[in-house]
Amino acid sequence: MGQSITVTVNGEKKTAEVEPRLLLVHFLREKLRLTGTHIGCDTTHCGACTVLVDGTPVKSCTMLAVQADGQQVTTVEALAASGTLHPVQAAFKQEHGLQCGFCTPGMMLTGVALLQEKPDPTDDEIRWALSGNICRCTGYMNIVKAVKSAAAQMKASAAVPEAATASARS
Amino acid sequence: MLPAPFEYHAPRTTEETLELLDQLGDEGKVLAGGQSLIPLLKLRFASPAHLVDINKIKDLDFLEERDGTLRIGPLVRHKAAERSSLLASRYHVMADAAPQIADPIIRNRGTIAGSVVHADPSGDWGTVLLALDADLVLRSKSGSRTVKARDFFSGPFSTTIQPTEILSEIRIPAAKPQSGGAYLKLERKVGDFATVAVAVHLQMDDGKVRSAGIGLTAVGPQNLKAERAEAALRGARLDDATIKQAAALAAEAAEPKEDHRGSVEYKRNVVRVFTERGLKRAYERARGGG
Repeated sequence: MGQSITVTVNGEKKTAEVEPRLLLVHFLREKLRLTGTHIGCDTTHCGACTVLVDGTPVKSCTMLAVQADGQQVTTVEALAASGTLHPVQAAFKQEHGLQCGFCTPGMMLTGVALLQEKPDPTDDEIRWALSGNICRCTGYMNIVKAVKSAAAQMKASAAVPEAATASARS
Repeated sequence: MLPAPFEYHAPRTTEETLELLDQLGDEGKVLAGGQSLIPLLKLRFASPAHLVDINKIKDLDFLEERDGTLRIGPLVRHKAAERSSLLASRYHVMADAAPQIADPIIRNRGTIAGSVVHADPSGDWGTVLLALDADLVLRSKSGSRTVKARDFFSGPFSTTIQPTEILSEIRIPAAKPQSGGAYLKLERKVGDFATVAVAVHLQMDDGKVRSAGIGLTAVGPQNLKAERAEAALRGARLDDATIKQAAALAAEAAEPKEDHRGSVEYKRNVVRVFTERGLKRAYERARGGG
């Protein structure tokens, strides 16, 4: 029954024997003990289980682990891998972008993917991008604020080395 | 929730896929985006013995105009349609529909062809294809056949595709000048199925309608084509009286059921209003506006 898969999870190659019916979210939580990825609704509605597959947000309760064979999966655990919070995490903390925190991993990963594609999103673009992630506490105002603030933060820190190079050149 | 056990196959070529489907017959099921199928497996509404995952076959992901036809491959995801500048500029009804499907994360993975084959009466793409008078190419090991979208749907979640076939290509006549379209959808919230949606496609010819396509979502046992409304528009000038008449005929074609999203009268009225608005918007676009 088992099928061997190799998935690069948060930069590390993981090989495992899995049943084809095993969902990606269960592979992450139960086989790899990466419990930062939450299971909310189990019916593809809520987005709590969002992870990045080759950089794209995917609901990991609606993908089979065998389908991730050969692909790159990023979970919330990767965001602060260096020991310091990712700007999106820092912004969620700063702006109170979470109440109970259950939806937060999915919200943050969707936010990270959005900012990679659109470093300077409008409020509408943030709301649009996050519309597949549901916050049961309805804390949306601060979630949008957090993503916006992370964008500003990331832009500012990206601007520093650029300015330094520019002045070095002149 | 876990699906029932199944055997998993991930063929690398279309030929390999068709060979597998031929051997498996009723036992095999094609997995593309999985955004409808995997929930069905988890709820155990479906429990195929074999899943044939086509995601590794890269040449199934094409969205292009060639030889007077827009061709859409089985692995084109909703997101690709949402971001396609070709669709935005020339296939308005598709460009309108794409961003209204499910939610952004589901659109990253779900496919147009998968949605069409799933044939949910509340699904959006089937309706769009009915309005555009699309052809569906169904391919099996023993050959391929082409079916009109209007002959494809046969009931709720039912189509004329055989278990040994894949929907290998969706073909839409290339958009000509003076054509325009629109897709209007009423949903209670992002990610909900449509309460009602209407797809409109118009081909104008010097102020007169050469052909019109009108599709209806979520108001019948399958996506519906409002053929009497289409016929009433053919050859007519699009004045207010013609638009009103076509909208009334579209509302008559609807066969809604009362549910928590609305009553029969309400849904029928939304069909009427959306057909009017859709025709006006499509006309505007056919004339180069909006």
